Amino acid sequence: MEAEDVSRLIARRAAQDVQDGMVVNLGIGIPTLVADLVPADREIIYHSENGLIGFGPAPEKGREDPDLINASKDPVTLLAGAAVCDSLTAFSMMRGGHIDLALMGAYQVSADGSLANWTLGREGVPPGVGGAMDLAVGSRNLWALMNHSDKNGAPRIVRELTLPITTQRRVTRIYTEKAVIDVTPSGLVARERFCPVEELVASTGAPLDVSGV
Amino acid sequence: MIDKTRRAFADMVDCIEDGQTILVSGFGESGVPNRLIHALVARRPRDLVVVSNNAGSTAAGLGALLAAGCVRKMVCSYPRSRGSVAFEELYKAGRIELELVPQGTLVERLRAGGAGIGAFYTPTAAGTLLAEGKEQREFDGRPHVLEMPIRGDVALVRAHKADRWGNLVYRAAMRNFATVMVAAAKTTLAEVDEIVPLGGIDSDAVHTPSVFVDRVVC
Repeated sequence: MEAEDVSRLIARRAAQDVQDGMVVNLGIGIPTLVADLVPADREIIYHSENGLIGFGPAPEKGREDPDLINASKDPVTLLAGAAVCDSLTAFSMMRGGHIDLALMGAYQVSADGSLANWTLGREGVPPGVGGAMDLAVGSRNLWALMNHSDKNGAPRIVRELTLPITTQRRVTRIYTEKAVIDVTPSGLVARERFCPVEELVASTGAPLDVSGV
Repeated sequence: MIDKTRRAFADMVDCIEDGQTILVSGFGESGVPNRLIHALVARRPRDLVVVSNNAGSTAAGLGALLAAGCVRKMVCSYPRSRGSVAFEELYKAGRIELELVPQGTLVERLRAGGAGIGAFYTPTAAGTLLAEGKEQREFDGRPHVLEMPIRGDVALVRAHKADRWGNLVYRAAMRNFATVMVAAAKTTLAEVDEIVPLGGIDSDAVHTPSVFVDRVVC
């Protein structure tokens, strides 16, 4: 499967769990795709860190407004009911616990739900954090959407992070192309799997309870 | 009579000196005062400290200021936008200093700077590399990091409309950092799409009251 299709598959599964009426922030990467895949009968308020509350899909070609972009810097539209605010207000929403759900891309998630998603720590490459740490620290629920393995085939779900941590908060749910996994006090528990169980266990770098799938 | 309008962009930026800290509004390419920045590039200042969310995302604007070698240090949350070529080259060559700040902490530090707050604690970045060397303290059982205000010598912002008193109105997502930066600098310069007569902006609709603005150009 093409990488793009895999991303869409992950986003589509996560979109099923976004509930009507939620205020949701979609991080850069796979989460951005979720907006188009949530069932149409659900009304969701999408929050963008640059001050758009209730933004909608990309405009038709030629109708882009350079001053109307989302956190990924892609052109968007405003839905009826949308509000515009400054970054201070947008981040008060994030840090103050007013966002129901944050969907974030991730480089790694560990057995206890610790998240690494802001830097690969490469020499000579400037790190970028953006709003990741603010969102992770303040949103009521935090889900990670990522490919099950990295480009070299190494597991992204690991016993302990080897990349710099983003927050002391924990991810509660992980969506990959191979499984939906909950982070529980007793460890990682697979809720759904989309591949043979042996493959799932072999490609996961931390203990995973597969008794229910 | 109060008239903060200027006819030329060059007359706007003549107050900027070498080594100053310049706050620049914008997120990606939205709300970036590119014409003010280009007027600044023409003055070839040196050793500037620039505070902005990104480090230029095209060859224009901040990208041009960086490429011209005017910036000693960049304070930002995300210098890795598509097209942040000038910054990435300077960084790789070790010719620019980077202070990476989480975006919410950046905006709150600017707010503190503009509001006369001495410092503040936030849970953002606690326990991460970005909290290293900073005081950490628990409140309500959660670790917090002590963060200091950011104050600038000059703020460059972009807005949609202004009047001659310097009241500002923004449109769409161009507001972003401008509303805090205008207060956090000693001198604030605003580039706008349109200057309207006094009274042409409904008082209830003003986003940035005139008090925070020193010069306006269209």
